[in-house]
Amino acid sequence: MPRRHDGPQRHRDTEKIYLKPLCLCVSVARESAIAFGIAAMMYGGVRAQSPNLGTPIAEAEVAGWDISILPDGTGLPPGSGTPAEGATIFAAKCALCHGPEARGGTNAALVGGAPLTNGIDTAKTIANFWPYATTLFDFTRRAMPWQAPRTLTSDEVYALTAYLLSINKIIGAQDVMNAQTLPKVRMPNRDGFRPRFPEMIP
Amino acid sequence: MAAGNGLLHRRAFLAGGGTLAAAFTGYALSDTAAAQQLTDDSWSRGRGALIPEYASPSAFEKGVARTLSNPRGEPRTQHARTPHHLLNGTFTPNGLHFVISHSGAPDIDPATHRLVIHGLVRRPLVFSLDAITRYPLVSRMHFVECGGNSAPMFSNEPVQAGVQAIHGLVSCAEWTGVMLSTLLDEAGIDPGATWIIAEGSDSMALSRSVPIAKALDDAMVAIYQNGERLMPGNGYPMRLVLPGWEGNMQVKWLRRLELVDQPAMSYYEARTYAQVLPDGTAYQFYFLQDVKSFITHPSPGLRLNGPGFYEISGLAYSAGGRIAKVMVTADGGKSWAEAALQEPVHAKAFARFRIPWRWDGSPVVLQSRAWDEAGHVQPTRAEVVARRGQTKAPVTNLAAFPSQHYNGPTSWAVETDGNVRHVYA
Repeated sequence: MPRRHDGPQRHRDTEKIYLKPLCLCVSVARESAIAFGIAAMMYGGVRAQSPNLGTPIAEAEVAGWDISILPDGTGLPPGSGTPAEGATIFAAKCALCHGPEARGGTNAALVGGAPLTNGIDTAKTIANFWPYATTLFDFTRRAMPWQAPRTLTSDEVYALTAYLLSINKIIGAQDVMNAQTLPKVRMPNRDGFRPRFPEMIP
Repeated sequence: MAAGNGLLHRRAFLAGGGTLAAAFTGYALSDTAAAQQLTDDSWSRGRGALIPEYASPSAFEKGVARTLSNPRGEPRTQHARTPHHLLNGTFTPNGLHFVISHSGAPDIDPATHRLVIHGLVRRPLVFSLDAITRYPLVSRMHFVECGGNSAPMFSNEPVQAGVQAIHGLVSCAEWTGVMLSTLLDEAGIDPGATWIIAEGSDSMALSRSVPIAKALDDAMVAIYQNGERLMPGNGYPMRLVLPGWEGNMQVKWLRRLELVDQPAMSYYEARTYAQVLPDGTAYQFYFLQDVKSFITHPSPGLRLNGPGFYEISGLAYSAGGRIAKVMVTADGGKSWAEAALQEPVHAKAFARFRIPWRWDGSPVVLQSRAWDEAGHVQPTRAEVVARRGQTKAPVTNLAAFPSQHYNGPTSWAVETDGNVRHVYA
């Protein structure tokens, strides 16, 4: 399980003591003062010589903005949806730009795709290119519909994701997408990538 | 003479060589100045215009403007391209800085804008713009380039277009802001954090993943652009600046930085800015804007007014640091001369190169190539195509992006009538 939100609140009530002339800082937490002072210097906790003008905030307070979905499924919300449900939502909220049955309109088609060996300018699609299904959920939720982003419910985003994966024959017509099933969807082009500068990938 | 077809030594006019150069060019001996009697012009005989609170260029300069791909704001991306052929120097004026916006520029109230740093940190923090403004600030000159800049160069036939259409998605500014490492230090980076997801407060909340190492190296949260607050299209009131890296990663309207242990594989990194290669695989995380140069003067749209002296000038830049050398040819690559670089040359910023030239009126092909201080060499177009491929049919839609990250040279053919057109050489 990836760690994203562990231990952020431990040091909110932190005071700083400046030891001159060495300009050393020992941060003193109200509990376990010495242990934290050492930890702060080791891990770069509260820096005495830094302005420290940020206001501590709890992860719970960031939740309204915290919409990132990671490829392993971290961040996926509760809820679920099916391709059939997604088809109805798509017709109402997406077909205006992407065309009936996602076959393309003023904006790109979201079904099908030519082999990438057809040329360097082959259109990159869900079927032929996208490496992770989680990206589909993330982008749909954060950016769509274009005129009214972040108005879809989690169930609606799951349903639209299921619909688009289904019409591209990546999942079955009855498959339910939720926080458990979506990260397990293996996209056809998952292994089609190489980092341009492998030495720069953490 | 340094090279064929009239290229002069780059310092012909700098080191007491003026007389020599004048003799070569005939420029100073021209008799076209034999003119009429000079009299006061109309603007010299009355009161001038009122000075406005915030100035705009002369009305005569109204043609110096960006070209827009989506002027009516239809539900798709907007591109505004910089007219490099009408500018000179090394910085891009703020009103002409290129913009790509996928859903328009949000109208952000700076009093309520917030930047939050959270995730794998010891203590999540939220910053107001006022707070950011109180930090020790640094000012650095850096270019910002869209990963798709120069994309028409992947066409198998040279597109008939100029610098603005081909290379207008790069600009350079002095960015002033707080080093991101300072803010991350205060939040306390968890040793398990390897990437940062940067997210904007635009309507699509554009997000990109940035390796922690870049964030700690030279990344900045910028709040000023060429001395004034950021332009709305360039990220007002704050943006990420990742010197030398792909423009899309330098998230504008920055509101959230989340430290994580894996890249988000967001839409723009997993799909849009991944490049299909000839074998059907694709590059992922290109990150760097490789060393590149192009000639801005002359270039298509700038007609040469008869034989004689001209200065060939252009821009060079690299993610690898300072530009070390630019070579120019006037005979399609048979012979080369080194151009002068305008000092100071900043790292990961535009370098303006210049070289004097006497055009004899015959057809010539001009081209530039750049080297950076780390030893990176701008590849030939053939080298780029061998690695990256090109389209099978000529590109006709200049707004399309057949691929990205082209950094080969651009060749301009000067015709006998003085017109300049794009060729491959």
